[in-house]
Amino acid sequence: MFARGLKRKCVGHEEDVEGALAGLKTVSSYSLQRQSLLDMSLVKLQLCHMLVEPNLCRSVLIANTVRQIQEEMTQDGTWRAVAPQAAGRAPLDRLVSTEILCRAAWEQEGACPAPGLGDGHTQGPVSDLCPVTSAQAPRHPQSSVWEMDGPRENRGSFHKSLDQIFETLETKNPSCMEELFSDVDSPYYDLDTVLTGMMGGARPGPCEGLEGLAPATPGPSASCKSDLGELDHVVEILVET
Amino acid sequence: MGGRGGATPSCLAVPLPADIISTVEFNHTGELLATGDKGGRVVIFQREPESKNAPHSQGEYDVYSTFQSHEPEFDYLKSLEIEEKINKIKWLPQQNAAHSLLSTNDKTIKLWKITERDKRPEGYNLKDEEGKLKDLSTVTSLQVPVLKPMDLMVEVSPRRIFANGHTYHINSISVNSDCETYMSADDLRINLWHLAITDRSFNIVDIKPANMEDLTEVITASEFHPHHCNLFVYSSSKGSLRLCDMRAAALCDKHSKLFEEPEDPSNRSFFSEIISSVSDVKFSHSGRYMLTRDYLTVKVWDLNMEARPIETYQVHDYLRSKLCSLYENDCIFDKFECAWNGSDSVIMTGAYNNFFRMFDRNTKRDVTLEASRESSKPRAVLKPRRVCVGGKRRRDDISVDSLDFTKKILHTAWHPAENIIAIAATNNLYIFQDKVNSDMH
Repeated sequence: MFARGLKRKCVGHEEDVEGALAGLKTVSSYSLQRQSLLDMSLVKLQLCHMLVEPNLCRSVLIANTVRQIQEEMTQDGTWRAVAPQAAGRAPLDRLVSTEILCRAAWEQEGACPAPGLGDGHTQGPVSDLCPVTSAQAPRHPQSSVWEMDGPRENRGSFHKSLDQIFETLETKNPSCMEELFSDVDSPYYDLDTVLTGMMGGARPGPCEGLEGLAPATPGPSASCKSDLGELDHVVEILVET
Repeated sequence: MGGRGGATPSCLAVPLPADIISTVEFNHTGELLATGDKGGRVVIFQREPESKNAPHSQGEYDVYSTFQSHEPEFDYLKSLEIEEKINKIKWLPQQNAAHSLLSTNDKTIKLWKITERDKRPEGYNLKDEEGKLKDLSTVTSLQVPVLKPMDLMVEVSPRRIFANGHTYHINSISVNSDCETYMSADDLRINLWHLAITDRSFNIVDIKPANMEDLTEVITASEFHPHHCNLFVYSSSKGSLRLCDMRAAALCDKHSKLFEEPEDPSNRSFFSEIISSVSDVKFSHSGRYMLTRDYLTVKVWDLNMEARPIETYQVHDYLRSKLCSLYENDCIFDKFECAWNGSDSVIMTGAYNNFFRMFDRNTKRDVTLEASRESSKPRAVLKPRRVCVGGKRRRDDISVDSLDFTKKILHTAWHPAENIIAIAATNNLYIFQDKVNSDMH
């Protein structure tokens, strides 16, 4: 008989959990890589020379890559809306890991710095942001969603770049995006749709699963809840409700 | 070129400060070599005739003429600059004493005539040596003006300007074997011009979709068949080649043949399409084959077989595991050219770290060489280079991670008849000659 107050150990169950966790980690690592590729591609589409017409071939290839990722995410079912309860935690985790992946890729390039022909960025999207003007004031509450305590200073600015992309699309200024295909009335590529879908389905399944299995932790703090409110606000704007 | 017989590179490094060479092209005899640069200038080199007195200085290339072909322009409608960078130069077959070439930037093609003047008339009756009119009372007899030699003067003049034919950026021009027409291709359209008519061109290919949102494929390169004036090929960003026959229809949107290799499912990744995009296509001199370059390979296609290339050569397969990084730094979009030798037995293309590669189609041997001043002294034999991918590493090997991706050899050209190659390494031009016909390592 177990002594009072002692929890029973279930060894077999723990092993199963570890195995499942490992499998899910592999899956989520692929999802994170794929997400980081998607983010990188979207930033590339945004960055363009204001003075010289951007390279159409390059833009088409990047847009096709984005479409491929989107299609795969749709098939995976990772491109679906998620219950709001998990929204607060999961996107932060995803963005944290995304930043790590991107940072790792950039660090590898330290040995061979290679400014691209087109954009000329050396360290990645952070250092070469197109001076996108936006009529709206920068959303401070928004940036607090992306920020997190920790040694990774770059993260805030990286995600601010995505933020600026959203702002650009929202204010519909004659943006770099529209000048990609300058002789057409409507933007060739409907980033709104993609980004809407991305925001709407931004809580990948595997992360959810991980949370379900993790030991119970203290619930989100009050500040998280207000951040969550801001996130919903952004989503609403993007989907134009 | 690195063979036992020895190669003697006459290393003519021509520094063009801050000006990157953007195209290199031999004329039909190989006597002239033209380069275009990012600043819109064209520099033409001429091969010195081989002197029997000094057999060692055999046919080196010296600067023959330099001129400004294109200037930067501004498109006021779109508020965008039009770069003066020369994208392509193509020589016209020589029909008289003058040489002619076409040079193009993103939007405008120009026909240049290059003439020599090495004599001048002396002994005019009415004018004196300086050209002033003589006092007629001093003229007592008539003389016939005589042509006397003078220092060679090369004069270049623009004869035609073919403007406003393209909405998108011109990536290729190609002179037809009929010597009367040529074509120019941009991302979405190909136009046919008559060399004498500048205010009109015929659109022969148009892949622009009705709705630009449906755009998924662009034209990357195009070329006329060397012998059949009705045939031309164009390549796409999805890795396909389309051979078109102008006799079939006025608008050649329907190809006569479609050359496409089925995708290898085991190698599939998000970058598969990007690395399959064809950056250059060249007919063989025989007209029987086509050579294509995509990011990692060069392929030889037989015009009679559309299903797959007959030969595939790996240029730098060690980059396959680095595609994500190369995508991130945009190197994956670099457009390398490729070239045939005169007999169509060897093909050449550039790579990174100032390396260029040559593949012998008969012996199936290949070699990697480097175009840099540090690695080769003038008249020294070029040493083959090796990139090691882990495992055993020899002394002079370069590891993949130390490759310099800013040093890319995008533009190369091979003399039409001899083993002389021109390599553009950023702002330096290297000309390598192989005096002894030898095997490659």
